[in-house]
Amino acid sequence: MAGIADPPDVAPVEDHSSELQEFTLRIRRFNPETGEAPYWEEHTVELAPHRSVLEGLLQAKARFDGSIGVRCSCRAAICGSCGVRVNGQPGLACHTHLDKALSTAKDGVIVVEPMGNMPVIKDLIVDMDAVHWKKIQRVTPWLINKTPIPEREYVVPRESMVDVTQTMACIQCGACVSDCLSMEVHPEFIGPAALAKAYRFVGDPRDAEQFERLNDLSEDPAGIYDCTHCFKCIEACPKGVAPMSQIMRLRRRAGSDHDIVDRNNGQRHEETMTKLIRDFGLLHEAEMLPRSYGGYSWFAKFSPAAGLELLDSLPVITRALLRRKVTPMKAIFGHKIPKGDLQSIQRIFEEIESKEERVEFNLYISGTDEDNAENVKEDDA
Amino acid sequence: MKVAYWPGCVSRGFTPELHGSVAQVAPLLDIELVELDRACCTGAGVIAEHNQELADALNARTFALAQQVEGADLMMNICSTCQGAQAECQERLDANAEYRSLVNEHLAPEGLSYEAGLTNKNFLWLLVEEIGLEKLTSLVRKPLTNLKVGPFYGCYIVRPTDRLGIDDAHPRDTYLAQVIEALGGTVIEYAGSHKCCGFPIITMNKEVSLKQAGRHLGDAVDANADCLVTPCPLCHLNLDLQQPLAERAAGRDLNMPVLHLPQLVGLALGLSPKDLGMARHVVKPTAVIDWSTSVVAGVGGASGGW
Repeated sequence: MAGIADPPDVAPVEDHSSELQEFTLRIRRFNPETGEAPYWEEHTVELAPHRSVLEGLLQAKARFDGSIGVRCSCRAAICGSCGVRVNGQPGLACHTHLDKALSTAKDGVIVVEPMGNMPVIKDLIVDMDAVHWKKIQRVTPWLINKTPIPEREYVVPRESMVDVTQTMACIQCGACVSDCLSMEVHPEFIGPAALAKAYRFVGDPRDAEQFERLNDLSEDPAGIYDCTHCFKCIEACPKGVAPMSQIMRLRRRAGSDHDIVDRNNGQRHEETMTKLIRDFGLLHEAEMLPRSYGGYSWFAKFSPAAGLELLDSLPVITRALLRRKVTPMKAIFGHKIPKGDLQSIQRIFEEIESKEERVEFNLYISGTDEDNAENVKEDDA
Repeated sequence: MKVAYWPGCVSRGFTPELHGSVAQVAPLLDIELVELDRACCTGAGVIAEHNQELADALNARTFALAQQVEGADLMMNICSTCQGAQAECQERLDANAEYRSLVNEHLAPEGLSYEAGLTNKNFLWLLVEEIGLEKLTSLVRKPLTNLKVGPFYGCYIVRPTDRLGIDDAHPRDTYLAQVIEALGGTVIEYAGSHKCCGFPIITMNKEVSLKQAGRHLGDAVDANADCLVTPCPLCHLNLDLQQPLAERAAGRDLNMPVLHLPQLVGLALGLSPKDLGMARHVVKPTAVIDWSTSVVAGVGGASGGW
């Protein structure tokens, strides 16, 4: 008769996960009001390995030194208050397990520092107002209503709201701002968090000023075209917002949908690269610079903007030619792929560029076939 | 081993010494290269910024061509940016059969089709995972003794970690350091090793771009590196070709040679700096390091070489 199976005849697995273990935290201390330089301080705490770095910090604060400055609230990766760097990587202290942190520690000590790119108020507390929130305010972070405002609710297509779901997952922790490599040398850059927030409204069909927003962010000399594609923000985000991907979507909308030709060469750079590949199959590097400055034409090199830029780069161009890094023939004619293959490439361009609607596949929303199959199984169960 | 070899554009354009040095090094490592000379540029993330489906179709075509190479164990590239741009497209193509078939429709007129699951490795990954560090060390004829080398990875080959398969079993973000050690060199740790060279914004914000390059080069100088090594030709453009301008942006002399990874490997395997195209660099490694008697006979003593 079918029934509950007897338990298998094996020794029960011992669960050590709740046993206390010692972890040493090396905390960066700094109080600008004292006038003393920053210094490191180590405390050894005792906690179960699955407990968080935040719990470690709070224990150190309770047991050894009440003056350790750390900001926190929910302790459940929702409020975004406890952003820090653990072993150099940005993230939420409450969302980083001690055992995981220990596995990335270089000398067996977990290093906890304040986030980067923002001034330190005290110890692990950074001034979010001075940088992060200023930048958020910069992108007009609210919906600008279309008029007339409907008497009842707005009705919007489901897909368009799904499109902005990823940006709405942001909890404003500042981890992406902390590690933005463009901001590191260029503090004026609007930055990943604020630009992801900007896409939240640019992608919202209820917003009345999408063109104005995109025009503003394209023309800003520290706007969407100053992102260097370094993926740091994607790696840093504890919520999968992928701010860099949102910046690329802003560029796609600005350059391709609204044809905004910005003063930063952003749209022209994208157009040049895309069209050079269409026309040559490979990148014709010598044409990249003049056409990005002067527009997509062989004559671009004679435009004043391109001329000035070429002049500025003369020391580099001269050395490249002298060292035979670049031959004059290659600089003039570039390199191409075989004719038949180039025709295939151009056919693919034609097929895709002539579509009325651009196809975008976002893994965050669609998931993989594997994930979806598992979800179906779980639903059936 | 036989590989479907994707050299990229820049290695055949503005950094010809890279493509050339791979041709020199490959036979010594027993790598048979079948060049994908019919494939087009990966788009370096910029085509994807313009139109995702277009980038995916162009790269799916390259993958399909690679899958047609008979007897090839995998596809190999020599450019961090190509690795990252291709990995991004491959992630979408492999994730969803419906999307893949939509993209494959564009390849059908040529009789091509991409089947999910291609293995595409940068030369760096191939060195560590396929050839193995022990084997590499056994092939060294001129160990890089006393050469202090700073690794410079390039963003596209270290982030995002999940897409690039970087985990405890595959710490690919440490491979450059491991290779330098396997070749007998000394690894120099410095702040910029995993940061951005700034190249992607050189035409949009030249000052910021060069400041990034200048800062990392300066950090390497301060850490007493003799040279840097990179698996990315685009990083090489900003770190070497643009170095005179990066010096201006950083407000200091740098004079830091930057080697392509296959060049560093080639030197240790006994090839001559000249054969590896090192005279073509803007900051000539031969002007800074005397490679003539042993691989490293001292720093700063040579007069400029040949």
